Amino acid sequence: MTTQGIRWFWYASPQTFFPLAGKIARVCAVLAVIFALAGLYVGFLVAPTDAQQGEAYRIIYIHVPAAWMSMFIYVVMAVWAAAGLALNTRLSFMMVRALAPTGALFTFIALWTGAFWGRPTWGTYWVWGDTRLMTELILLFLYFGVMALQAAIDERRRADRAGALLAIVGVVNIPLIYYSVKWWNTLHQGASVSFTKAPSMAATMFTGMILMALAFWTYSIAVAMVRLRCEIVETQ
Amino acid sequence: MIFPAVKTIVRRDLLLALRRRSDVATALLFFVIVASLFPLGVGAEPNLLRAIAPGVIWVAALLSSMLSLGRLFAADHADGTLEQMLLGAAPLGVVVSAKTLAHWLVSGLPLVLIAPLIALQYDVEAGLYGVLALSLLLGTPVLSIIGAIGAALTLGLRGGGVLLSLLVLPLYVPVLILGAGSVEMAAAGLSPEGQLLLLGAMLIVAAVFAPWATAAALRISSE
Repeated sequence: MTTQGIRWFWYASPQTFFPLAGKIARVCAVLAVIFALAGLYVGFLVAPTDAQQGEAYRIIYIHVPAAWMSMFIYVVMAVWAAAGLALNTRLSFMMVRALAPTGALFTFIALWTGAFWGRPTWGTYWVWGDTRLMTELILLFLYFGVMALQAAIDERRRADRAGALLAIVGVVNIPLIYYSVKWWNTLHQGASVSFTKAPSMAATMFTGMILMALAFWTYSIAVAMVRLRCEIVETQ
Repeated sequence: MIFPAVKTIVRRDLLLALRRRSDVATALLFFVIVASLFPLGVGAEPNLLRAIAPGVIWVAALLSSMLSLGRLFAADHADGTLEQMLLGAAPLGVVVSAKTLAHWLVSGLPLVLIAPLIALQYDVEAGLYGVLALSLLLGTPVLSIIGAIGAALTLGLRGGGVLLSLLVLPLYVPVLILGAGSVEMAAAGLSPEGQLLLLGAMLIVAAVFAPWATAAALRISSE
């Protein structure tokens, strides 16, 4: 086994990971503040006003990164859940517990900002017929379900494993959210950014969005690490 | 090995249900009562009732099938039969599938059969009964199969019923949308084929994969 391999397993123990988690949390918190300030500056002061939507479009600097994070955190959470069930590591289950509230928060922010964006542009806060909205709402319920299940079971081992299994089952929803704008042509517009082609928006808008996404990402890591430390202190 | 096990479990569960007939009847009555409450709540305007009928019937079916999920493993868990099934030679996934099948025969199939009667109350066109029954026939097994995961996860928990609804109802949403959607499509004079095919596809995928998850959940819950 290589040294790399040994270090991975070295940090798989909650006790040894505890100080590292503190360092990661501090670095990511600082990065998150820097990225957020830069992102908000570019988004609100540098980027031009949208020709069709006016100033209302600027909510995408919060909305789109939050929506990305809501899906991404769920997948990461499910991967940790699978790792926990497969390898039986305590730290993996703690990661599931640490990530779920942040994921739920971003899902809620995505829905909330989406509603406020929808009011001036679509003329309504909420559309029941839209698949993207429905699947995102289901995602919020899935986060709540995982957290509620973990909270309802007193015995910690069973709580962790049951929550992990539910998280894995809920993964079926993620492709539905991602492809909902492609498969069903309902109200929500298609993706403005993709991996395969150039973004269909001004370069400064794109920069602002990416900066905000980085801010949210580092924020999520920082918060998850802090929560992980609490979990470790609570259980060890 | 597998088919005798399925046969035995299905027959046993059906026999148990037959001995406790009131349990079965309660879920069915719940379905009828919920469906009957809507006209009292929203008013007796016939056009409105005709329009909401597919949705109301589907929501009532969903709630009724969710309420009966608690029975799926609870009795076996309480008297220790479940532990024997976990230890037994038959693969747990097969046991779970057989139990789910028996559960659907008792709690899902009656809904399919009685739904046209509710549709009659709502003055739905007679031509739509077939689509409604077919959509329920394809959809209610999916509800039982997915619900079994939630039933296994919440086995033996305090307040398991409310928790179960929180876990299971979000996963039921696609079935509800497709099921009610197929009847609405037919009512609008379009072909409901697309929705029904999707429901069938969901049934196949759920029947193949969900029993694994249920089996894993049962092992977690009875450790």
